[in-house]
Amino acid sequence: MTPFADLPVWVALLTAFFLILGSGLTLLGAIGLLKFERFYQRIHAPTLGTTWGAGGLLIASIILFSALQSRPVLHEILIAIFITVTTPVSLMLLARAALYRDRIEGNDGIPDFEAITASSKDQPSPDP
Amino acid sequence: MRRLLPYPVLAASLLIMWVLLNGLSVGHVVLGCIVAVGASLAMVALQPDKPMVRRWDMIPRLVTVVLIDILRSNIEVAAIILTGRRMGKPGFVMIPLELRDPTGLAILACIITSTPGTAWVEYHAGSGRLRIHVLDLIDEPALVDQIKQRYESLLMEIFE
Amino acid sequence: MSGVIISWSVTIAQLLLVCAMACALLRLVRGPRAQDRILGFDALYVGAMLLLLTVGIRTGSTIYFETALVISLLGFVSTVALAKFLMRGEVIE
Repeated sequence: MTPFADLPVWVALLTAFFLILGSGLTLLGAIGLLKFERFYQRIHAPTLGTTWGAGGLLIASIILFSALQSRPVLHEILIAIFITVTTPVSLMLLARAALYRDRIEGNDGIPDFEAITASSKDQPSPDP
Repeated sequence: MRRLLPYPVLAASLLIMWVLLNGLSVGHVVLGCIVAVGASLAMVALQPDKPMVRRWDMIPRLVTVVLIDILRSNIEVAAIILTGRRMGKPGFVMIPLELRDPTGLAILACIITSTPGTAWVEYHAGSGRLRIHVLDLIDEPALVDQIKQRYESLLMEIFE
Repeated sequence: MSGVIISWSVTIAQLLLVCAMACALLRLVRGPRAQDRILGFDALYVGAMLLLLTVGIRTGSTIYFETALVISLLGFVSTVALAKFLMRGEVIE
């Protein structure tokens, strides 16, 4: 812990705040994953961890390492960009796969496919 | 120049990423240039659609709006998980979209899914309809309005 | 003083992240269906990546950040592959 000893206290407090905020949000997301009853509700929970959960930890390390000036803080930015791009993609694919399986099995409470393909009256379809 | 750099934004971001990961030195800049040009020439073989950005100046506004909304819905979803109480109930919502640009739709999908509380479920390109799942649905027309006004109109200005 | 604050907050953050990973693991084991397990796996690797970030903060070494990047890359690819498998793995055609 020697490199952190000569930091100003407010930097340490700010880092601690973002660290605990980030990991706490991730934990809340995981608890939600465990607690919600249905799959389509559970799919909302992990995004807590990947948006401001990961964001909090990355902000904490950006603050800490800019104050220490021991190394450039660019890896954090790369990780943040990577998470924001990849998480929605995997969740979207998972939601579509779940919808597909539920439709094949004919489970209750799943909207049917015809409703989305039919062109409504107030929305003229683009191709004639 | 166009032959060597068909996708300048892609090549530039590859070079920047290479330098970020390996440290700034002349050797790594040269190596990163070779990788960037090679990767963009490989992309030509895949022939992706070239996204056209018309309004670069609107992008910071979109990013700010999205960050604030994500923060707000983080707090809402965290409260739902902590207290177990919710105002509405979970459900699917259908949204008719006017946005047709593939890049714009991809960005809208990322925005909607990374906001806790809403998740992109399916999109039908023929009718331009999108179905999302909402964790805490209180007022359906208000939600449709919010997504159309806050994100779709900005994305249409940027891409169409 | 600052050293104490940072080392304690990193320890607390690591504990919270381990609890988060345990919840995700429980969802992975419990299921009930394949998509729930994949969702649990997704949350599990995100937790592992964040845990590595906190280790990187504690030691100040860049190696952990690169490892975190690799973990998130592999986790993303495997989640996408598993989701695709669910779509095509048991098609009744």
